[in-house]
Amino acid sequence: MTSSPPLSPAVPVVRPAPSLRRRLSHLPGAVVTFLTLLLAGAWVFPLYWAFVTSLKPENDTVALPPTLWPTTIDFSAYTYIFENSPVVRWYLNSVVSSLIITVLVLLLSMLCAYALSQINFRGRRWLYWLILAGFMIPFQASLIPLFILVNKLGLVNDSLGLILPQLAAPVAVVIYKQFFDQIPGELGDAARIDGASEARVLFSIFLPLNWSITFSLAIVTFIAAWNNFLWPFIVMNDTAKLTIPVGITQVQSAYGVAYAKTMATAVTAAVPTIFAYLIFQRRVTEGVMATAGLKG
Amino acid sequence: MTSSPAPAPAAVPGRAAQLRQRYLTAALLVVPFLALYVLFLIYPTFRVLQLSFTNADLTGNGSYVGLQNYVRLFGEPTFWTALLNTLLFIALTAVPNTLIGLGLALLILRLNRLKNVVLAAFFLPYVLPVSVVTNVWNWVLDSNFGLFNFLTGSTVTWFQDPVWALPSVAFVTIWWTVGFNILLFIAGLRNISPEIYEAAALDGAAGWRLFRSITWPNLWPVTSLILLLQLIAQFKIFDQIYLLTQGGPFDKTLVLLLYAYREGFQQQRGGYSSTIGVVLMAVILLVSVIQLRLLNRGEKS
Repeated sequence: MTSSPPLSPAVPVVRPAPSLRRRLSHLPGAVVTFLTLLLAGAWVFPLYWAFVTSLKPENDTVALPPTLWPTTIDFSAYTYIFENSPVVRWYLNSVVSSLIITVLVLLLSMLCAYALSQINFRGRRWLYWLILAGFMIPFQASLIPLFILVNKLGLVNDSLGLILPQLAAPVAVVIYKQFFDQIPGELGDAARIDGASEARVLFSIFLPLNWSITFSLAIVTFIAAWNNFLWPFIVMNDTAKLTIPVGITQVQSAYGVAYAKTMATAVTAAVPTIFAYLIFQRRVTEGVMATAGLKG
Repeated sequence: MTSSPAPAPAAVPGRAAQLRQRYLTAALLVVPFLALYVLFLIYPTFRVLQLSFTNADLTGNGSYVGLQNYVRLFGEPTFWTALLNTLLFIALTAVPNTLIGLGLALLILRLNRLKNVVLAAFFLPYVLPVSVVTNVWNWVLDSNFGLFNFLTGSTVTWFQDPVWALPSVAFVTIWWTVGFNILLFIAGLRNISPEIYEAAALDGAAGWRLFRSITWPNLWPVTSLILLLQLIAQFKIFDQIYLLTQGGPFDKTLVLLLYAYREGFQQQRGGYSSTIGVVLMAVILLVSVIQLRLLNRGEKS
């Protein structure tokens, strides 16, 4: 595995050859490692398979035996879906709504949590409990009244109707509150004595201290908003207004059994979250831990 | 925690004015979130209870019918089928998902150089939209052209088979979400101090015994957290089922939320659907309370 280039010719690294006994004692470990790698490979294989399929001409997808890699790389499935379905439109809907949700969730939660943590006002404990209680409330159970409400507000098939209910998530408030609680109050008090406004204290002192948690939360919130299925599925009926996770389920039925095209849409829909994860792996991990109530 | 505000210097205008100023600031900061929270989460929670006693349609218009919805629900075989399927689905996912997560976490932690790559391999599916997951598995498990049946020589139509449909969806769910459990287990395992292991190793403990006497008991708070998160998540199961089987074949995969969706959005029975919602909420609240108790026991407070 470590194939470092030989520095000087013909001078093997001098390492005492491990005894046979020692080597044998490493054997079970090596086998387990090998099996773990095999399992990891099997775990991602469906994703590889979807990707490969999307690059095949439609006829090749049903050829037997299946080919493990495309003999010719063919982008026709992609060009087809981009020309014949509103994929681009859905994409845009998803990007815009997910970004707006991310920014607003973080901003509103931070403001609320800051007040709960740093401003002394009556009823704030009570308010915090009210928000904590939200953890236990499954919005899925009250889907009907939520839909009736959004409908009465005239927001069905409207991006506001898509976005607003998703801002009511208490998780970020609780995480920010716990974070702010750890910052000594004197920090803010000192600034206030110097005449700083509350806004200044928040944005010049507290915000710079929490960039790291903000960033982690932002990535996780964005991925969650992008992936959200149930609410967009309920609130959007107009084909042009769908988000991409909901939209691609329609493409599938429209094509019948056309797996190259179906996989091309799947790959397209998955690209942002896969990239977000691969680039910001550590942030995603941190964010997931924070939202699950554990610190890494 | 409570940072007392700066003591008012003598020169500052009246204390009452200052207090008002502080409350105004707090309100300004809290209200935007709170308004959305109350409107879109708290209010629907109470409204679903009220609707469950009406024969409302999807516009919310209807009259009170007393306990009629509940009587009908508990006498409806489809409801019991949905409840049973939900419980079956939980049995097929919650415990296996937790155990597989633990096993994989242990396997990953013993790796050196490839640790992050292998963790990424198992976690990657978790960041995918549900419809991508179902599309991929529809393809891999396709009865005619799917890779799985080709490799195994099977002819089972996995998502349409009365016996295999629910286990198949459960399998896909585990594939999709186990990365989350692995992550929490790794965090939990890292929190166990190495000194305990060293002490035990000095006493001659090794291998399985180390796991049973040290890892497992120390990991129990994390394990119970994961189990209960799973439990709650699987009670709300909808997306995969709707996309893979739509509750079929013959309602073999019909679960509570899908039943509520059918009654509400397809049959326009808002009141009756709300009744299912209330039952679902009651069950989840019960599980959550148990979770909170267990968690509080594990924490320092």
